Amino acid sequence: MATEFHNLQELRHSVSLVTKVFIQRDYCEGTVCRFQTKFPSELDTRIEPTLLEETVKTLNSYYAEAEKIGGQSYLEGCLACATVYIIFLCMETRYEKILKKISGYIQEQNEKIYAPRGLLLMDPIERGMRVLEISVFEDQGSGSSSPSSSMSSAGSSAR
Amino acid sequence: MSAVMITRKVRKWEKLPGKNTFCCDGRVMMARQKGVFYLTLFLIVGTCALFFAFECPYLAVHLSPTIPVFAALLFLFVLAMLLRTSFSDPGVLPRALPEEASFIEMEIEAANGNVPAGQRPPPRIRNVEINNQIVKLKYCYTCKIFRPPRASHCSICDNCVDRFDHHCPWVGNCVGKRNYRYFYLFTLSLSLLTIYIFTFNIVHVVMRSVDNGFLNTLKETPGTVLEVLVCFFTLWSVVGLTGFHTYLISLNQTTNEDIKGSWSGKNRVQNPYSHKNMIKNCCEVLCGPTYPSVLDRRGLMQLSPVSEFSANDTDASPCSSSTDSSNSSKTLPSTKRAILCLHKPRPPPIRNNPTSDDLKASITDTAHTSPAHSQAEESSAAKTPPLATPETDAEASVAKSH
Repeated sequence: MATEFHNLQELRHSVSLVTKVFIQRDYCEGTVCRFQTKFPSELDTRIEPTLLEETVKTLNSYYAEAEKIGGQSYLEGCLACATVYIIFLCMETRYEKILKKISGYIQEQNEKIYAPRGLLLMDPIERGMRVLEISVFEDQGSGSSSPSSSMSSAGSSAR
Repeated sequence: MSAVMITRKVRKWEKLPGKNTFCCDGRVMMARQKGVFYLTLFLIVGTCALFFAFECPYLAVHLSPTIPVFAALLFLFVLAMLLRTSFSDPGVLPRALPEEASFIEMEIEAANGNVPAGQRPPPRIRNVEINNQIVKLKYCYTCKIFRPPRASHCSICDNCVDRFDHHCPWVGNCVGKRNYRYFYLFTLSLSLLTIYIFTFNIVHVVMRSVDNGFLNTLKETPGTVLEVLVCFFTLWSVVGLTGFHTYLISLNQTTNEDIKGSWSGKNRVQNPYSHKNMIKNCCEVLCGPTYPSVLDRRGLMQLSPVSEFSANDTDASPCSSSTDSSNSSKTLPSTKRAILCLHKPRPPPIRNNPTSDDLKASITDTAHTSPAHSQAEESSAAKTPPLATPETDAEASVAKSH
């Protein structure tokens, strides 16, 4: 416990939250879960637009796959109905499987791309699938924005 | 001095806003008023019990033993669908956390520009184009979000529900995206069960009357009269309701949209969500993917007692670890001040995984109170926007009257 405090206080010196940017849902294709690929201006200096666009597009494709209405979803639906939905006690739905993949993907993206740039993506499911929250951090201690070491050390120490 | 941080871990459902009741440690989620739900249960179980007690022995012997078997299966299916509808999360949208709410406020204010003093600001509406149709997204003052298309705020449960159909007192819950198909299957199977019991009641009375006479039959099986009465009234309402929902499903509409006349065809307004094919619409609604709940009811969250300290110290500003005994008005020992700094003075954000995200989230909490971050302080101070009013438009009053 004491060690954790020590680390947190250290981190508090080195990195602080500047702002949070929210990427909203794109409803042009209906109620399917999709996020806007428009690049937020607040992140102009922090990350290349193509990287963020790539992340959002991949997330959108995951959600599209989860919400696809086709053979597999019909089969799952009919099977579940036939077993009076008891089967969901033993089986994970397709949507839940894909949500796990998404969570893994976001973690991987955070580690590789966003944390070195002082950013942090929040899994949309934690925000009710309404927004894609990006926290923008800035290195406080050194004065200049070089958050890579502190952020990655935070990441590695916490795991 | 050693730091003793006494924090309580609670399940998230205990801290969820809204007027729901939770049972079984967050596994069950219902509305507050459950009286009518108990009545529904009583009617179904009671009528079926009478059927099994009075009619089934005679019919099993004189007609076929499959009659009570099928009745039992149907009864179990009805019960399962009812409980599934009543106990599951209908698709509640969690309320916006303070940062998201202030972000949206800033966007709205930027869009509105300067409103002259004394003038009413424009209504908070966002227009989106879905399938060549302009759909208006309304702002919910309670949840502080722009509602997704087809979502609506249930005033009884005080939640925004995705693909809101209606609040059903008979099942004691809202009917929304996640439980609509169970609700439909419940009404459908209940219609079948009612018709089944009604039919076999008549058959039973007729068959027995041939042997014993009508009045004697009624004396021997008094339950029959009750059953016939219940079934007769249930038939009209439930079968009608099933028919209505079948119609809605084939058009991919919700009850809410139907009542408001959203896609009634006036001004060439058409339902943008419909596939224009009845089979496709039915398949989407009934056999679509099973959406997960975005309300993490059973997740754990830290509830620190420090929030009680900070109630007296709401502008708990600076929490740099340098000795600022002058900052907090209380003479707390340094370790407790450190704890104060590590937890923000507002209810903590919902955190799912206590990993690096948690660390960073707690960092963000401290950062919110940093004086360098004046913007956050301004927005946190203006939690309720100056122009926030409860919904006054007609639709809100219609929704409330449901």
